[in-house]
Amino acid sequence: MVVRMATMSDGNVDAIFHALADTTRRDIVTRVIAREQSVSSLASEYAMSFAAVQKHVAVLERASLVVKQRRGREQIVHADPATIERARLLLEHFETLWRHRAEAIDRILAEDPEH
Amino acid sequence: MPVMSAQTDLEALSLTFVTEHAAPIERVWQLWADPRQLERWWGPPEWPASVTAHDFTVGGRVSYHMTGPSGEISAAWMRVTEIEAPGHVRFDEGFSHDDGTDNPEMPAGECDVRFEALDENRTRMTVVFSYASVDDLELVTRMGMIEGFSSAAGQIEAVLAR
Repeated sequence: MVVRMATMSDGNVDAIFHALADTTRRDIVTRVIAREQSVSSLASEYAMSFAAVQKHVAVLERASLVVKQRRGREQIVHADPATIERARLLLEHFETLWRHRAEAIDRILAEDPEH
Repeated sequence: MPVMSAQTDLEALSLTFVTEHAAPIERVWQLWADPRQLERWWGPPEWPASVTAHDFTVGGRVSYHMTGPSGEISAAWMRVTEIEAPGHVRFDEGFSHDDGTDNPEMPAGECDVRFEALDENRTRMTVVFSYASVDDLELVTRMGMIEGFSSAAGQIEAVLAR
């Protein structure tokens, strides 16, 4: 586990969280996790210009959350599962700690004779 | 299930945990206000906490350390900035050197805890942690206190296996 945690410190975590702090970008990530797709098909899903969607994809790409590949005339976007996993793990650690604390609190409360 | 919700605000770099407990508000407050009770639940499994100083007044300091399965020590502090028993406490937090002094090189954050009586025997606790940068947040989650606990390790393996 320590080894896995150590690999989590690689790269720029700030870029990941900045990238995921936007609703549209989170939505793009969700879509490309489900299946890879072209920038133009992504753009058709949003009420914004192709260029605007392309900018969002570029932010996600800089954060290594997605990878863009040229395939013929299309640019195909797919998710980078390793980076997404890293962001999720980070938050899950904290949440798990609190679940343990809450359970410990309930065990202490259950010991009280008056309750 | 005591944890009702866990929320992350990536922009504010904050984590919010809401729990409800079957006890009066004064009783739940004691879990924080009494150092002997605080140390029983603050440390993760296999990392028991020992509270060595506990001044629960504005400007007061709480010092504690957690001891890992191989005897390793992780020391930390809280400094109370606002308090209104039994409804609210706010504190800064950070890590300590081995001699108990603040370690400014380690991440520091802020924690706000609110207690709300839902009825005579039911209390909601809302805990909000916030950090200055994602790097701080990552460091906090990477501290020994979290690396050490086996059930989390089990969860991580499960996540990685998906």
